[in-house]
Amino acid sequence: MASSGLELLWVSLPQLAKGAGQTLSISFLSIAISTIGGVFYGVLRTLNVTWLNAILRIYLELFRAIPVLVWLYLLFFGLPIFFGLSLPSFWCAVLVLSLWGASEVGEVARGALHSLPRGQREAGLSIGLNAAQLYGYVLLPQALKRMTPPTINVYTRIIKTSSLAVLIGVVDVIKVGQQIIERTYESVLIYGALFLFFFFICYPLSAASRVLERRWTQA
Amino acid sequence: MTLDYAFILSTLPAFFKAVGVTLQVGLIAIATSLLVALLNATILVFRTPYLQKLVGFYVELARNTPLLIQLFFVYFALPAVGIQVSGFTAAIITMTFLGGAYLTEVLRAGVDAVPQAQLESGRSIGLSHGQLLRYVILPQAGILSLPSLFANFIFLLKETTVVSAVAVPEILYTTKSYIALYYKTYEMLAVLTLICVLLFLPLSLLLSRLERRLQHGQFGS
Repeated sequence: MASSGLELLWVSLPQLAKGAGQTLSISFLSIAISTIGGVFYGVLRTLNVTWLNAILRIYLELFRAIPVLVWLYLLFFGLPIFFGLSLPSFWCAVLVLSLWGASEVGEVARGALHSLPRGQREAGLSIGLNAAQLYGYVLLPQALKRMTPPTINVYTRIIKTSSLAVLIGVVDVIKVGQQIIERTYESVLIYGALFLFFFFICYPLSAASRVLERRWTQA
Repeated sequence: MTLDYAFILSTLPAFFKAVGVTLQVGLIAIATSLLVALLNATILVFRTPYLQKLVGFYVELARNTPLLIQLFFVYFALPAVGIQVSGFTAAIITMTFLGGAYLTEVLRAGVDAVPQAQLESGRSIGLSHGQLLRYVILPQAGILSLPSLFANFIFLLKETTVVSAVAVPEILYTTKSYIALYYKTYEMLAVLTLICVLLFLPLSLLLSRLERRLQHGQFGS
């Protein structure tokens, strides 16, 4: 049983790897876009422009109030109807996870920028830096360090949430696993393997976040 | 494109029921998660040997794997070893597994924030473990972890949408069934969005207020 189980995993490895590639591509693309979008969000929120803040607050609250899975269905079913735009489920997942991730990273970035001593901003302005220089040379380098540990945690959440893509029809690692189960009935083995797959990606990230948090708050 | 209001009206009773199921799953899961977390936090506070390691392992495992995999494992894999559960039971089990771990972390952080001197002085005046927990640790840790606890409650309530994947008739599953039956995609998506906004937005705004209020309290002291 044990050896036949391992054998099944070994034989299925190419198939599973292909699904894992989809899962990881969705995660990686979403993480990259979320990070860039989130930093932009943080900068825009700290510019203190009233109408801009209002728009960004609405964006944030919509992504907080409506669950990610609901967003997935809204865009997957809604985009074709409202915009006549039929996005493949892969890109639909990337779009939703990026928008959601950017709101999460954005709040972290805003918090980090907000937590910097006010003197930093004032000193920068007093020596005549413009907004771009102020953020580029003074505020962002400090804020980026502060936001790293919590942002890594957002990354693990994006990776975990990418699993929902299977529900709108992406042939990701879970779908491949289900196909193997349909053929072999080895549900415990396959779901166990999927458990470990996500655990071994997310656990090192969580642990790194914790170590960095501890190290940098002590220093 | 105009909305078919008569159709929306005819689905409202089903959606009322669905909101009930969402709240039911969410609230039961929050209650059971809190029980698990209190037990775990007690084990961690008193550094119970072996059990402490086990709690740590559980928390890491639950926090670093997706809810959907946990759900599928309980619903599709456990029957293979002779444990058959309904979608609803699977939902409660899985959400307790996940929520218990998150809330354990929250309570642990709250307990860590209680100054060590509080524990020591409690011990020095001869309080028992139970008294220490009841009169010294929990009241202070409870207040400190209130915003995070509340945030996790909302998180769990929103996560109930995931259990639509095992046919629990909550809001998302109900929406999907109506779309599949009548092709009224436009109407049903509008209803779903409205329900989410009405249900979760006030909670999320309340949380923001609570966080600011408690932050204010900290600055004031």
